[in-house]
Amino acid sequence: MSETAANPRRIPDRLSGRGMAALQSWESLLVVVAIAVFVANTLASPYFLDPYSLSDATYNFTERAMIGFAMALLIISGEIDLSVASIIALASTAMGAAAAAGFGIPVLVVVALVVGLVCGAFNGFLVTRLGLPSIVVTIGTLSLFRGIAFIVLGDQAYTSYPSGFSWFGMGYVFWVVTFELVLFVVFAVIYGIVLHKTNFGRQVTVIGNNPTAALFSGIRVARVKFILFLLTGVMSGIAAVCLTARLGSTRPSIALGWELEVVTMVVLGGVNILGGSGTIPGVVLGAMIMGMVTFGLGLLNVPGTVMSIFTGILLIAVIALPIVWRRVRTRMRT
Amino acid sequence: MNALLFRPRDLLLAGAIVLLAIAISTRYGAFVSLSNLLNVYNDTAILIMLAFAQTAVILTRCIDLSVAANLALTGMIVAQLNTIAPGVPILALIALALLIGAVLGAINGFLVWKIAIPPIVVTLGTLTIYRGLIFVIAGGEWVNAHQMSDAFKAFPRETLFGVPVLSWISLLLIVVMGLVLTRTALGRSFYAVGGNPAAAVYAGIDPGRVRFLAYTISGAISGLCGYLWVSRYAVAYVDIANGFELDVVAACVIGGVSIAGGIGTTAGAVLGALFLGVIKNALPVIDVSPFWQMAISGAAIILAVAFNARAERTKGRIILKRAETTA
Amino acid sequence: MLHDSSIAASVPAIALSGVSKSFPGVKALNAVALTLHAGEVTALVGENGAGKSTLVKILTGIHQPDAGEITVRGEPMRFATPQAAAEAGVTAIHQETVLFDELSVAENVFLGHAPRTRFGFVDWATMERRARDLLKGIGASIDPRLPLKDLGIANQHLVAVARALSTDAQVVIMDEPTAALSQKEIEELYTLVETLKENGKAILFISHKFDEIFRIADRYTVFRDGEMVAEGRIAETDSNALVRLMVGRAVDTIFPERETKAGEPVLTVSGYSHPTEFADIGFELRRGEILGFYGLVGAGRSEFMQALFGITKPSKGAIRIDSEVAVIRSPAEAIEKGIVYVPEERGRQGAVGPLPIFQNITLPSLTRTSRRGFLRLAEEFALARQYGERLDLRAASLDQPVGNLSGGNQQKVVIAKWLATQPKIIILDEPTKGVDIGSKAAVHAFMSELVEQGLSIIMVSSEIPEIMGMSDRVIVMREGRIAATYEREAITAEKLVRAAAAIGEAA
Repeated sequence: MSETAANPRRIPDRLSGRGMAALQSWESLLVVVAIAVFVANTLASPYFLDPYSLSDATYNFTERAMIGFAMALLIISGEIDLSVASIIALASTAMGAAAAAGFGIPVLVVVALVVGLVCGAFNGFLVTRLGLPSIVVTIGTLSLFRGIAFIVLGDQAYTSYPSGFSWFGMGYVFWVVTFELVLFVVFAVIYGIVLHKTNFGRQVTVIGNNPTAALFSGIRVARVKFILFLLTGVMSGIAAVCLTARLGSTRPSIALGWELEVVTMVVLGGVNILGGSGTIPGVVLGAMIMGMVTFGLGLLNVPGTVMSIFTGILLIAVIALPIVWRRVRTRMRT
Repeated sequence: MNALLFRPRDLLLAGAIVLLAIAISTRYGAFVSLSNLLNVYNDTAILIMLAFAQTAVILTRCIDLSVAANLALTGMIVAQLNTIAPGVPILALIALALLIGAVLGAINGFLVWKIAIPPIVVTLGTLTIYRGLIFVIAGGEWVNAHQMSDAFKAFPRETLFGVPVLSWISLLLIVVMGLVLTRTALGRSFYAVGGNPAAAVYAGIDPGRVRFLAYTISGAISGLCGYLWVSRYAVAYVDIANGFELDVVAACVIGGVSIAGGIGTTAGAVLGALFLGVIKNALPVIDVSPFWQMAISGAAIILAVAFNARAERTKGRIILKRAETTA
Repeated sequence: MLHDSSIAASVPAIALSGVSKSFPGVKALNAVALTLHAGEVTALVGENGAGKSTLVKILTGIHQPDAGEITVRGEPMRFATPQAAAEAGVTAIHQETVLFDELSVAENVFLGHAPRTRFGFVDWATMERRARDLLKGIGASIDPRLPLKDLGIANQHLVAVARALSTDAQVVIMDEPTAALSQKEIEELYTLVETLKENGKAILFISHKFDEIFRIADRYTVFRDGEMVAEGRIAETDSNALVRLMVGRAVDTIFPERETKAGEPVLTVSGYSHPTEFADIGFELRRGEILGFYGLVGAGRSEFMQALFGITKPSKGAIRIDSEVAVIRSPAEAIEKGIVYVPEERGRQGAVGPLPIFQNITLPSLTRTSRRGFLRLAEEFALARQYGERLDLRAASLDQPVGNLSGGNQQKVVIAKWLATQPKIIILDEPTKGVDIGSKAAVHAFMSELVEQGLSIIMVSSEIPEIMGMSDRVIVMREGRIAATYEREAITAEKLVRAAAAIGEAA
């Protein structure tokens, strides 16, 4: 340790520049992977580089990534929400019911947001007020929320949505830039600022690193966590609007299994599953890589279930590799 | 000894199940007939066995979300083998199912033990991988009843003293698991590792190794259930038992197995599974749509975990009470 | 070094030589030696952070030494695992009770080496019978079938002792065994140690209490800053000599000279009570005063302080700050009102290890270093540097994770964090626990400086020299209540110990 050798009178802010740290980060590795996937896709399929094809590719991650941003904050704070896909199902069902009752587009959007908010509040209440472990609570609400959708719909589906509603899912803002892509970028910027540039973001990181020290430092830990559950719920509601509009129908099995894809995306983006660290640029990159991989495999006619093998291996590999790498490095040193 | 097999909470749950059955019988009297109860038990047998698998893992402060995917993958492999080579004896297939399941479980255990990846991430990952592998193995095709040999399908349905073999296997497993958890050093080390991993190290127990073994046991049981499921329902495809891992976790949580590890009994796991089994079998007979089942499971998980949390809340250091007793 | 030539005469039960152990950032043990003999009690003394715990962990196979040799009855051994240590006949009764709440008493005694039946199953009947016998042997009538969580602290301790004896160990390590015991229970423990001695066990007795060391030990070994500095026979030394060996200089020079000039009351607490942890706590804290809180571990001092800081809720009682009635429901409110708390468990409650120094220091002051909720790094660094340098923090940079610093520097970061909030009242809970001697003096000097500037300090400490050297007044707590209050002139070590352990009443 060089600490005793340092001059006690003047402690420098940083030893190495921030540029150096950025170069060695997980994110720069992701950039390399993203470029590799992009090149591989280009070589694998002549259709990939077409602007409209690229635009289509973004659907593979935009909706999931919106939830991913909020999930990233939640996981960094040391909690998790496995009920996000079920919130989509419930919000979508509620929208379908509202549409069937003849309500217009603004009401549908509000309904989805409110359902998301209420579901998030329910999770947040159980975790922060009753002190229950979030992983079990949200496995329970995963079952409960989608279960309610099944009770309402059974084997039926809502298919009649107002004309114009599909714009939320398929509309272009300009040229090939979709509404969803714009929303994705806007949320990426907002969540990036919240996590990295605000007191709230700092508190989230501190809580994830050491909840007891956070409490002892005057941070209102329960309130911060509750807000994060609310955010995750609302983002799921927004994703429900986009997905329902894109599909034009609601079945209770909508977005089945998305919770795993969202978690994988977030972890791939470098967020520590045990909490405490992670970045939004990382999540953006993780989302784009997953989206491009699945889209590329789709172009090669690989069925969805087989893609899930890649998702699973990716999830384990991205967590295992840094651990194994660190171990190899320490072994080489000694 | 009894305190190890039963806890007061288990009797409470048993009472609740009896009351539930009585309530159902007021709407549909035949529900409590012996033959129907045996049916309900047989229907719940696989859930009971998987609840044991999960209990072993949860006791060590881990979780196994891959049990249903393991079941489906192992089931598909033995079903395929049966169509290719119908002559292979059933007992050999069962041994194979146990082995495949154990290997799949050991993969989870290895990643948790040696690479130190959080259990939930490992099993979420292997869940999707195992499901994907079914598609690869079967090429997306189903294995239907007419492709399976008669012996393959008949085995779990054979009856002995009027009770199907499937039920007998689960009863046998209840006895075995009860013995393992209460009477073997391994079973007791599950409790030690989950209750206080740091202290377990001091007692000469390696928590990683114990977890590895818990996952391997969980995998072996899941593999066995894979054969039983496929032969009983006489069909194998990618999505069998999809989402069943949640029912299994629900059974454990309802049965009082603490997700924080170290607390839980064989009886609790059986009763938790039976509770869900009774509800599932009761819904159609009392004219409630089976679509209610998922929401009921979810609500039951939440209520059970809230109930457990109240019961398990540590009392903390009671300084003043000590003052009263020593004074 | 002091050496006793007669030691070489018999083969020691266990001997360590040249044992070293390093952790990231700390050299915990530096080529230490230790010799234990059958039928003798060796007291291991040393300040917190002297390397005693690390030594215990090496002896029990939890840690492997980087260098050095262990011999058991003359045979060289390696304790690669806790099992290897147990098989070599070494057992420990640990400081924190490391037992299993949910398991039965019998299992806690035999976990890891339970008796088996012919079929390899755990033999519950034999296990419970032997556990009952073992407990009876140490004078405890505890039902071995009860779950451990149903036992009081003292009885849990006896279970730990029974566990240590269940392996038929030849070397018994007792790590501060009397810390949580009442006087009567301590007497029983002494009897037990005598019995073990007569049975030919070699005992390593780790304690901070000199009275019991002189009462029970035959030999002593002194550790300081990870090194073995002296050993010898207890009969040939006295407590002053031991203290000098422990701290490396005479005690009276450690603490800064300071004029007491207590002003008006800043904090008045009356009737503070909690359903299970403390009752009827009332006192006044004056401006520019250091108020010491002494007591045994588990006397409810930390619990009370945490209630004062808003972490737990009191059931009754009121406080006044600057003679105005105040209600504190959360740490955030306490900080707002100028009360801060430097917790005892630095790693768990104080520092956020993986985060950089500057983020730790600005944590409770974020509203001051930010604008409308947005972080301003330049101001954070400025604030962190101001307080870091004021405390003479030794670090490579402010961007360095706190977890990489030594214990003393971590404590400086935690104190800097609280000073940056510009508090009126600082509660320090065991401020120098696990801190090296140099940082200790720095912390003490700094406390003096603060009270001279008009702050008020409440200091919880279990170290008598620290309490006596620093406090203007001392409140002694026992079993959740105030047992006594002494003004500076009236404080003596004997009074403190008697009040804390209720010796006067028991006799």
